[in-house]
This record gives sequence, C-alpha cells and structure tokens, in this order.
Amino acid sequence: MSEYQKLIDEAQSAADSSQNAEELGSARSKFLGKKSHLSEAKKELGKLQESDRAAAGKELNEVRELIEEVFEQREVALQEEAWNLQFESERIDLSERLESLRRGHLHLITQARDHLEDVFVGMGFTVAEGPEVETAWYNFEALNIPDWHPARGNFDTIFVNLGSPEEVMLRSHTSPVQVRTMENHQPPIYIVAPGRTFRTDNADATHLPAFNQIEGLVIDKGITMGDLAGTIDSFVQAFFGAEVKSRLRPSYFPFTEPSAEFDISRSDGSWLELGGCGMVHPNVLSNCGIDPEEWQGFAFGFGIDRLVAMRYQLDDIRELVVNDARFLRQF
Amino acid sequence: MKVLLSWLKEFAPEIDGDPVSLGERLSHLGLAVEEISILGEGLEGVVVGRILDLRPHPDAERIQLVDVDLGDGSATQICCGAFNMEVGDHVPVATIGSVLPDGLEISQRKLRGELSNGMCCSPAELGLGDDHDGIMILPKDSNGSSAGVPIAEALGMQRDVLWDLEVNANRPDAMSVAGVARDLAASLGIPFTYPEYGLAEGKSKLSDLSSVEIIDPTLCGRFAIRAASGVSIGESPLWMQNRLISLGMRPINSVVDISNYVMLELGQPNHTYDLAKVPEGHLSIRRANEGETITTLDGEKRTLVSEDGVIANIQGEAIGIAGVMGGLSTEISEKTTDVLIEVAWWDPPSISRTVKRLNLMSEASMRFRRGADYGENIERSLDRIGSLLADCGAEIASGVEEDTGNLPSRDSIKVRTRKINSLLGVDLSAKDMKSHLESIGFEVSAKKEHLSVTIPTWRWDTATETDVSEEIARMFGYENISRSVPKGTAPGSLTEYQKNRRRVREILVGVGCDETMPMPFLAPGDLRAAGLAEEAISLTNPLVQEESLLRTSLLPGQLKVVAYNQSHRVEDLRFFEIGHVFLDSPDEMLPDEREHLSVALVGAHVSEIVDLLYVLGSELALPNLQLASSELPGMHPGRAAEILVAGKPSGVIGEVDPRALMSYGIDGRVAWLELNLGKILSGPLGKRSYRSVSKYPSSDVDLAFDVPESVTSASILGCLRKAGSNLLQQVKLFDAYSGNATEEGHRSLAYRLRFQASDRTLTDDEVSALRSKCIQLVEEKTDARLRL
Repeated sequence: MSEYQKLIDEAQSAADSSQNAEELGSARSKFLGKKSHLSEAKKELGKLQESDRAAAGKELNEVRELIEEVFEQREVALQEEAWNLQFESERIDLSERLESLRRGHLHLITQARDHLEDVFVGMGFTVAEGPEVETAWYNFEALNIPDWHPARGNFDTIFVNLGSPEEVMLRSHTSPVQVRTMENHQPPIYIVAPGRTFRTDNADATHLPAFNQIEGLVIDKGITMGDLAGTIDSFVQAFFGAEVKSRLRPSYFPFTEPSAEFDISRSDGSWLELGGCGMVHPNVLSNCGIDPEEWQGFAFGFGIDRLVAMRYQLDDIRELVVNDARFLRQF
Repeated sequence: MKVLLSWLKEFAPEIDGDPVSLGERLSHLGLAVEEISILGEGLEGVVVGRILDLRPHPDAERIQLVDVDLGDGSATQICCGAFNMEVGDHVPVATIGSVLPDGLEISQRKLRGELSNGMCCSPAELGLGDDHDGIMILPKDSNGSSAGVPIAEALGMQRDVLWDLEVNANRPDAMSVAGVARDLAASLGIPFTYPEYGLAEGKSKLSDLSSVEIIDPTLCGRFAIRAASGVSIGESPLWMQNRLISLGMRPINSVVDISNYVMLELGQPNHTYDLAKVPEGHLSIRRANEGETITTLDGEKRTLVSEDGVIANIQGEAIGIAGVMGGLSTEISEKTTDVLIEVAWWDPPSISRTVKRLNLMSEASMRFRRGADYGENIERSLDRIGSLLADCGAEIASGVEEDTGNLPSRDSIKVRTRKINSLLGVDLSAKDMKSHLESIGFEVSAKKEHLSVTIPTWRWDTATETDVSEEIARMFGYENISRSVPKGTAPGSLTEYQKNRRRVREILVGVGCDETMPMPFLAPGDLRAAGLAEEAISLTNPLVQEESLLRTSLLPGQLKVVAYNQSHRVEDLRFFEIGHVFLDSPDEMLPDEREHLSVALVGAHVSEIVDLLYVLGSELALPNLQLASSELPGMHPGRAAEILVAGKPSGVIGEVDPRALMSYGIDGRVAWLELNLGKILSGPLGKRSYRSVSKYPSSDVDLAFDVPESVTSASILGCLRKAGSNLLQQVKLFDAYSGNATEEGHRSLAYRLRFQASDRTLTDDEVSALRSKCIQLVEEKTDARLRL
C-alpha cells in the first residue's frame, strides 16, 4: 500500500489545486485515465505470479476507489463553491418592494350590500331589483300613500321631468321593487330589495341625496307579527353578532299596519334605531293583486350607508360618493 | 310635540314614575321620546335684575354694557351681546358662581377691557324653550319680579319634566297634552279625565250677535263659534307664558296665547276674529272661486283655486283660508274688544292640498291635515278658551252657534278576533281585546268571534280592522309578542345575473381596479365636455344645478373621479363602476334605464383594456365577442371600437378622446370600456363543455405577414382559425412591428400556431398542408401577404 500512498497524496493535492470542473477533469484523467499509473499497473498484473495476482489486484482496486473518492469529494466541493458564488452574487433585499401588483377594492357599499344579501340568502330570501326612476304608482299610490297624504311630504321626493308634473320621480325608497314583485309573482314571496334611493337632502356629514337601502318582504299564509320580530332578530344576530338584541316600537308607515321601528342594542345598554318595519297593509296587497284574506306578510327596511358609516365610524358620509382612491383603498 | 309632566297630571293626576321610565313607556306607545329635560333645576344663582343703564362698549360694536340692580340697589356691570332690552326691564341674570342647565359656569370676565360680572340670559339658556333670540324680558306685573328674587320664584316655576315626542302622522290625538295623557294613563292603568272648566256665561246671547253657515259640506264637518266681549288685549298670565315657552311657543298677547294654549292642551286648532270687523257676525264656509284673492295674516296676498276652502263674510268676501291661515281684515288688534272664537273640523285631504300648494305649514294646519277631533272636544275647546278669556276679565256670550257638514262615519266596525290573533301572532280573547281598546276610548261590544268597535272621534285616521289591530298590539305591547320565524321558507339564492355581476366585480378587483360609486347626477355641460350627446333627462327639483341631469353614460362621472384623484396627486388610478344610466324613451313613461359597467385605466396602453375585455368575455363565456373599429362619441377617433356580443352592439372600448380629457383637466391617456352589463348578462351566455386534453405531441408553426393598415389582426386570426379548424389548438399574435423593414403604411404581424390532434400524432406532411392552407386563406381573403 505504502508505494501507492504517495500516489494518493499526489492525487489529493492535484484535486485540491483544481479550481474548476475543467482542471479537475484533466487532473482526474491524469490519475485515473487510460494512461495513468494505475491503468498501467493494472496491465502489469498479468505478469505477476498467480498467487500474488489476487492480492495485488485487490490493492489496486482499493487505491483506485480511494482516488476516485478524492476527485468526487473535490467535485462536490467545487460545485458547492460555484453555487455559493452564484447565490452571493444574486443576493436581493426582499424589502425593496416595487408594489407592481395590487388587488383593487370593492366599494364599502358593495361590501355591505353583499354581506347583507348573503345573510338574507342564508335565511331563504332571494334578491330582487328594480328601476331607480319610478312612477307615482310604484313609489306612492300602490303603497297606500294617496296624493294628499301628509306622509308624502316626509319622502322629500326628487321629481323627474317626464310625464305630467310629479308623475315620475327618482324612487325615494326601494319599496317600488316590492310592488313590482307582488304584481308579477303570486306568493309565497321571500325577497330583499337592495338599491339606490334618492331624496332632496342636501349633502352634509350625515346626509346624501343619493343613498342606499335594503328592504325585505315576506308574503305567505299565516305570517304574523311574531314572525316579523323573529326574522329581524335572526338577521340582527347573523349580521351584528349573537350578543346583539333587537326590539320593535310602534310607529307609522302608510304601507304597513301595525307598523314599528326596530332598534338594536348597543354594548353600553342603549338602543339604536336601525329601520322601519310592519305587517303589509291590506290595501297594498289588494293594489298588487294579492288577496289579503288569503295571504299575510311583513316588510322591513333600513339604510345601508348609515350602517356602513356606523361600522367604520366614518365622520363624513360624503366620503362614500367622493371616490377618493385613498379612501377606497382602505377597505 | 312636547309635553310637561305637570300638565299631563291635570288629566291623569296619578301619573308617577321617574322621567326615564315614563319616557320608555311613551316610546313603547309609539310616542318616541327624542329628548327629556328637567325644568326648574340648575337655576340657583339666577336672579331677577333690574336694568339701570345701557351704554355702548367703548371697544366692541356687538357688545353693550348693562348696569343691573341685583336687589341691593347698586349697579353691577355686565357685558351683553343682545340689544332687545330697555332701561327698567327686568331680566334674568346668572350671577358669578352659578352654573346654567347646559353646564356653563359663570365667572367674572373681562371683555375688551370691560368687566362682566354675570350674564343676562335668554329663555333657551335657562332651559326654557327654544328661544335664543335675545334676552328674556320678564313680565312687569308678575308679583315676584323685583330685583334680586330668584328667577324660579319670579317665574312661578316648579320642578317639572319636559318630554319631546315624535308623533306620527296617524296620531292626531297625540298632538295634544290631553291625548298623550290618555295613552299614558291607559298604559299605566290609571284614570284619565278632563277637568271641569266651569264656564260662566254672560247675559248676551250669541245667536243675537252671530251666525254661521256651511255652504260646502264636503269641506267642513263642523263649524262652531263662541263670542267674548270686553276683552282687553294684554299679557297672558305668567304660568301660561311659562308653559307656552316650554312647549316651544313664543308668548304674544293674551288672546293669541290662550288660543295657542288650548290648541296644545286639547289638540283643537282655533281661530279668533275681531267681531267688529265681521259684518253682522256672519261667517259662511265655501270653496274658493278660481282666482279669488285674499290677504292673509302674514300680509301676503294669495290667489286661490277652486279646491281651496275659505271662510267668507256676509258680503261673500273671503276673510280666511279654511284650516290654513286667517285673513288680515279681521285680525285681532290692540283696539279689539269683542272676539269671535272659531273651532272647526276640516276635511283633511282638502286642507292637505291647500297647505301643499301654498306651502303654508303651521301648527294648526298640521293638526287639521292629520284629522282633528270632530266630537265633543270642539265644545270643550270653546268652553276652555271662553273660561280662560273670562279669567282675563272678558264676558262670554251664552250659547254656541254651529253648523254641520259631512262627518266621518261613526258606524261600528266588525273586528274578527281570529284575524287579529293571526296577524299579530298572539292568542288574545275577545275580552282582552275589548279592555285594551276601551282603555284608550274605543267603544267596544265583544262577541266570542268578533268585536263591534266604534272609533273615537279623535282618531280620524283609524277606520278598519287592520287599524284596530295596531291599537290592540300597541296596548298589548309589541315587546310582549312572542317571536317566531316563518315556516315555509324555500332555499334562498342569488340569480345567475347577480352571481355573474359579482364575478365581474371580483375579476376587476383582481386586476387592481378600485370600485367607485359616484352619484348619478350630472351638471349641464358635463356630457358635452366628455364629447357625448347632450340630451339627458332633467330633474324637476334639483338640489343644485351641478346635480340637475341624469347621466346617460358612466363616462362623465368617472372622468370627474379621475380628475379629482389626479388633482390630489393619487397615482396608479384604475377604476371600475357598475351603475344605472337613463336614456329618454319617448314611447314610455319611464326612461330606458340600463345597468352599465365601466372601466378606466389611467395611463395604460389601450391594448390592456382590450385584454381585460377578453378576460371578462372568457370568464362570463360571452358568445362571439368581437370588436368593430369605429369612430365613437367621447372616444379617440383612431383608438376605439364598438363591442359586439353575439353580433349585437353592447358597448364601447378604446381610449378616451384627448379633447375630453383636456376638458376635465386629466393628464395622460385613459383606456376606457363601457358595457351594457344588463344586456349581456341577461342575454344567452355560452356553455362550457368538456374538451379532453390531447395526449399526442403538438407542432408549432410561426407565420409572419406583411399587413396593410386597412386589414385588422382580427380578420387574419379569423382566417387562420377557419383554415386550421379543429386541429388548430391555439393561435397567438407574438410580434407586431412597423418600421424600416415594412412598407410605408404596412406592419408586420407574426402569429404562432400550434397544431394538435386528439387522436394521433400529426405527420410532417399534415402540418405542412395545414400551414399552406392557412397562408392561402389569409392571402385570399385579405391583403396581407406572407413575409418571406
């Protein structure tokens, strides 16, 4: 073995001094190639006595394996070095963000409307929609608000120059959608009608002339005011959280009777008025071609903008229509 | 409507409870409490001051210096911002150290070099009513009003509770102290009674002085009068003034104050005439003649129409507008000694129409519109006014003159107990219902199955079984109705349209667009500035001119949003909007209202918006989505196309006309698309069917064409697809350029075609044949030529 130790040491030093794959390759062939000392020695084996041949062959193989390992190790080391060099040269500070990719944002009103729709769909409702410009029939008369009725004044209607004066208007609530649904479908009816509504309110921190509402309508056999209170309760818990309570207080709307305001509880124990509701007035059912002796129902409604303003503590509701991207991108 | 605890107790003496829980009870009766105030508290340290001297502040125009005697005879100087008082007046003065009801602490201050040793107060500052205009001048004849006397004592004030109630349009009865007391007493289960007024009538007979006649019975149900003589017009008693102030009315003189007091107390508006100015004391009630004029109490000359009602004198001249406002010719003046007092019931729709037309809202007309009491409250009110005038020294003529017209039916109505229980979701007996209704003055006889209900005269708005159900629910208590949920609900869902619309939003948000929601109003000129047709539907009563038109396109609104954001230096603007536009539809009453989608990519190349459209098209499976280059309003003439879906025009795409951008003050280019979303989502959408992915190798072929400008890439693609048929698995434009290597007005378009069969490997010969077929069809159908 000792006569080969020198060879092994030489191979080791040749491998170690190789600085790349090419140098390593030529060094390798020098020690392990066809013209290498080892290959020559293997050819000489035949000349040995048979008794010595096996031992000498074994020794030669062991030496070859050792030298191969030397070069393999060096190859691995060189590869690693090369990777490390590349990695070092490619180092990047990942905090250097270019912000080239950005997801957009749904408007807060859309987010709230989608959420409300999802809650009501989960409760078995479908979503109905209708035009924003309406006739007096759909906005008032079918809803039991004749032209002389003092309640008409409460709606602060924006009229449109179509038809005769005050005959066509921007809807002042989404209730016309209820009328259209009842005219076109026989009960049972379970709908919510979200959408834009309009009133002659000057824009200020808490008012907009164009805002959004969602209303619900249920018409079925034997629907009671208890069902109304229970449905409001289920909705309030699904939307605001299980700890939030609701209550009804007597109120007045021409299109429902009995009518109520509904309040939700706040964490400080006080109540917040959220919207109006009531049992659909028999005149409204008759106006829409539904027999009030056979069917009963309830309706409810509230403003989406106010809800959004409350939830996100907006101090000025006009933010919702200015469309400043710095506002839109916050949510 | 505001009510005072002390006043309520005159009708229901047993009312007891703390202000908050009584307020809760009122709210649960449908009389929502907006505010509770405690009166007569927090006035320690406020005393009567007698004004000794008034002089200008040397350095401040809007302040004067007031010397007051606070009871010790010496002059105390106060700086005051009001100028409505005179030397000798008695005024409330908050002395140093006192704290007013609103929490203001009074200390010695120096205002521009002059000391102020207290504050002269307005009624509002003392928590007495809403009057902020000027310092409260105390009545001179009040007993305790000598300087230094505590103000509460001087005003005869006791601790009292004031509730401000929101009264709904169906509760005419609750527009009075008595009506609120009736509800509250019923809810508390305590007695409610009207006090005895004990009117002593004089010797003269009213029938000798006056007469009335209803000519139009549809206008007036009852018209009743009394007369008082020897009336001296002066200040009303202090206790009355205090109550009027608390309820938000300003004391005027004894006759006006009594009139208002009784309206607030009993809910019956009334009117007083100077009898000397009413010839023969005769009043008649009729509709106005078309174009008839009258000068009303406010000095305005008003022209009437034939549906208005008037009170006329014996000569037939209108001397008042029925239920709305009296005439100037019979107004009470300081010289008035004899007074006619009118209490009437007017047809609510008639009054409503006149009020609306003349825009004359008043405390009286508000009560008439809702339906005043047409029963014995009319006589009660006349007696109450008479007795209060008598207290002021007048003599009341004996008797009441009255005529009647058409009154609401007082027939009893049938109320089915089963229907009430089914509507409310309760299980009340006929007896329970009867007692709830009787507690608020309904007359009821109960059978087992139904009730016969007579509606009280003070509930004009109540006439049907449903109306009665609300009264039962109110008195039973909404909070006592047990809660349930409807049993028959089917599964809910969004429509395909709604789901697809949400999908559109998600895609756009996914590519970095923010959703905007501007109001749908435009200013005149907005459409023209955007290069669009100017016709738009206008509003009858816009709040401002800038919001007087309804949009016909989402473009102007979105350009405003872009301009706003650019002017605030916000970058990377990519917006979308889904909203309604309104087009005039001459044959229909309502406009042609459409739901549109718009996308604005600021600073983007126009090809990006086209890519975006095709992403939407593929996601929604829009059938046969195509672009047809075209010059379109509002769009760059060389960079715009009409969007066709299933061969039908469905929107526009391209770049906004730079002239429009200039008008809106926008920098850079804006890539734009506006789609009739309603139309494409309601129309048929393509079906998605499974196509197996081929396991065989594919072959790519690149073809570059020399293309004159008149030939579109879409037309070349059409040829390639047609020629390649189902073996053409994919084709893509991968290079486009124009320059030295192309002829003038030509460009080079290079396409990569991938051929693949689903059942075999295509041979070289097959691919080569396909290639030739593609080239041949392009060259045959278009002027494009293969580049060699």
